[in-house]
Formats: sequence, C-alpha cells, structure tokens
Amino acid sequence: MNGELLGINPYRILAMLRRHWYVLSGSWTRVVELIYWPAVQMIMWGFLTQFLAGKTSFVAQAFGVFLAGMMLWDSLFRVQLGVAISFLEEMWARNLGNLFVSPLRPSEFALSVLLMGVLRALVGMIPVSLMAWWFFGFSLYEMGFALAAFFASLMMFGWALGIAVCGLIMRHGLGAESAAWGAMFLILPVAAVYYPVAVLPDWLQVIAWSLPPAYVFEGMRALLIDGVLRTDLLLGAFALNALYLALGFAAFMGWFEASRQRGLLLGQGE
Amino acid sequence: MSAAPVIAVAGLTKTYGSAAAPVVAVDGIDFTVPAGGVTALLGGNGAGKTTTLAMLLGLLKPTAGSITVLGIDMLRDRHRVLPRMNFSSPYVDLPHRLTVAQNLRVFADLYAVPHPKDRIAELARDLDFTALLDRPSGALSAGQKTRVALAKALINKPELLLLDEPTASLDPDTADWVRSLLETYQREHKATIMLASHNMAEVERLCQQVLMMKQGRIVDRGAPGELVARYGRQNLEEVFLDIARGRGKAAEQATA
Repeated sequence: MNGELLGINPYRILAMLRRHWYVLSGSWTRVVELIYWPAVQMIMWGFLTQFLAGKTSFVAQAFGVFLAGMMLWDSLFRVQLGVAISFLEEMWARNLGNLFVSPLRPSEFALSVLLMGVLRALVGMIPVSLMAWWFFGFSLYEMGFALAAFFASLMMFGWALGIAVCGLIMRHGLGAESAAWGAMFLILPVAAVYYPVAVLPDWLQVIAWSLPPAYVFEGMRALLIDGVLRTDLLLGAFALNALYLALGFAAFMGWFEASRQRGLLLGQGE
Repeated sequence: MSAAPVIAVAGLTKTYGSAAAPVVAVDGIDFTVPAGGVTALLGGNGAGKTTTLAMLLGLLKPTAGSITVLGIDMLRDRHRVLPRMNFSSPYVDLPHRLTVAQNLRVFADLYAVPHPKDRIAELARDLDFTALLDRPSGALSAGQKTRVALAKALINKPELLLLDEPTASLDPDTADWVRSLLETYQREHKATIMLASHNMAEVERLCQQVLMMKQGRIVDRGAPGELVARYGRQNLEEVFLDIARGRGKAAEQATA
C-alpha cells in the first residue's frame, strides 16, 4: 500500500508542501510581501473609486466594480506568481537535481507548486479583501457562490499559465525568470478587468473571448451592476480553463523532457 | 555463479548539438557494476563522468544505449528504482533557508523513510552534525555542507549510492573522515557505491573497480592494483596521467 492514485503519491506532494511551509514560516518578510502589494493596490483603487463615485452615476451605482476587479485580477496574478515562485525557489536553491533523483515524479512536483500558488494567493488576498471591507465598506464575499466560482476559474487559469512558465524557466534557465512576473500582464489589456470586452477593437475582442478571464470579469460586472449571475459565462470560462490547463501541463512536461534531453536539471541555479 | 550486476550499461551514448555538428559527450560505453563494492569513474575534465552519472540517475536522457539498475530498465521505469538509490553532488545544493533538520525531513518524506525523526537523529549522530540540525543550510561551511549532503544521500539507506566528487573542496582531515564513513556504510549495508572522482588516493583506498574515461569512452578498466601493474607505475595517479596524456596507448590496446 503506497497510497498512489493514477501514479500520484499524495505523501510526496505533502512533503513538498512541507518544504514550502518551512520557507514561509521561517520568513515573516515573505508573508508580509504576499499581503503588501495587493494591499497597496486595493487602497489606491479604493480611493480612486471613492473619488469617481462622486463624479459619475455609473460608479456610484456599482461602487465595488473596480475594487472587485482589482482583487480578482490580483488573485489570478498571485496564483500564477505563487506557482512560478514556488518553482523558482528550487532553481535558486539548485535543488532540482536532488528532487528529480528522488521518487518525486514531475507530475507530483507540478501539483505541489500549483497548490502552493493557491495558498500564497489566499495568504495575500484574504487579509486584503477584509481590509477592503473595513476601509471602504465593500465586501467581496457578498457575491457568495459566484465569488467561489470566479476565484476557481481564475485559479485554474493562473495554474495553467504558472505551470507553463515553470517549464519555460526550467528549459531556458534563470534568464527567463522575468516571465514569472511579466507573463500575466501580457493578457491584462484583453482580460476585461476594468472595462467590458465590447470597448476593444473587433480583432482584440476575438482574442479576449479566447481567454477565460474575460468571461469571469464580464460575469462579475453582470452580477455587480445588473444583479445577474451569468452561468453561460462561467461555463465558458471553465471549458476554456480545462483546455488551457491541459496545454499548460503539456508544455511543462514537454519542457521537462527537453531539459532531461539537454542535461539542464543537474546544473541549474544562480 | 556470481550475483547479477547492480548496474549494467550497454552502448550508452550521449550526443549534444545538431546532427550536422554533433558533440559526443559519452560514446557507446559498456560496463557493469557488481553488487556490494565500490566502483570509480575516473577521467579528466570533460571525459564524460558526470554525464554518465546523470544518465544513470535518469536526470539526462541518453541518445542511445540501455541502462539497467537493480534489475530495472532505467530508461522505461526509473521511478521504480529511484527509491532504492540516492545521490550526492557538488553541482546540486539543499535550500539554504531551510535548517538542516528541515531539509532532511523533506527528503525523508519524499523517500517515505519510516520514523524520519529517528533516522535524522541517527544520521546526525553518525555524521557528527547534531549541533547543526537547527542551523540554516546556507550558513554551513563547505565541510559541513558535504556531511549534510551525504546525510541526504543516505537518508533512505540506499542499495546503490552514486557520488560525484564526494570529497571535492574538503580539507584532508574531513575528506579522510568522509571516506571512512563511506567504507563503513558500504560494509554495514552491503551497498554498492559508484563515484566519480579526481582524487586518485581516494579511489585506490575505496574502490575495487576503476573505469577510466577519456573523451567519452572507457579506455581502460580493472582493479586499482591491476591498472598500476599493467602500466608499470607506482600509483593510480601516474596511470591517470599516462592515459590523460596519451601515453597509455599500448595498455589500451592490450585490453581492447
């Protein structure tokens, strides 16, 4: 009995989570950093929204649209960044060689960094969402079930992009490290976070609707402005997420095998 | 009848670069490593030692050839054999921010070591680093790091231990201490050890078999004493220099 399911051993995933727990629990500055950047953004968007609410009736009617957009976007970004950072920790430590000669499988390693991505995002976003409630009287949690669905959808896309970025860095080394911070911002203009997809030129709308975040943020606006839960948008987002997750995993595994082919697992590091 | 070899390698080849301009790192080598002994891979820089070890570990995919470790096809089924082996190298490190005990605990869990706390305490006692257990791994000296890396490599009591330059950058006292530890481990656990080294005295002391590599090929092999006698030299270092400088051609041909 080894507790494996589909070749995945949960105890080895737990071992990797333990490794990351040790890093976080031993460094309060890292925990503060997880909260600091989202908090700064939330406060800025909160005051901007307060200012605009006094000028335009649209913002006054849907006060939380920008704040909710900012916090959901940041959740997406933090999940992707958390996945990539958890991977980079091993690169910086030159630990990949030790890990991949152990019984740890690449799929288990990938699952462990995905879980760490979510945990890191939650450590940052839960306090920030409570701060938004406290400072600006806006509760993200009033979206109820929809919030869970929006978060789950964004988490899946953050996983997909995050794991692909891990593969890219493994294959191309720390020279590709900036992809961990920059990759998600490539889609920000077409993610419809702060404005509807309809304001984009036609050709960009096609790109926007090929990405799950546009469905989530359109759905968020429908809920906050019109009070309608658009399940069609949610289903579209989840369907696309399944595709992107499959592509993200395939890219990671492909780059892992390419790294094995080129002997990159032994000497990677700072 | 002799026992099956722990490692059996046939036609192992690793080529980098394009088909038009291939760089051959390992060139069709064949060897076996018998159970319960220490075998050395010797050769100058770029001879193919680390590449060979990386292929044995599954970290590097061969271009051609076969590798059987502990009776299992490494190229098809390496995850079945990895729990029974381990590895240490100066080219890898343990996370610096984690303490020694935390690092060892993570690897104990990855290898499903029963009673991990007891095993870590036992290794710390054997390798004399109990006082370092709560220290961050990044704060250790080179000698201390080597001992902790060795503890990681022994955490699962491996049947096969692969070591890349196990005493590199150690002072003579610490290096001697590490060699004694390896001898004790090998004897007590009837383990098989394969190491790549530049230290000829170390190889003469520890190893029953030597594989001499040059430009990706095994150019000679045998027990250290046999090689020294065959080349008419005083010690293995002189044999190494003969081979490295191309003076061992006659002996190479004699064994071909």
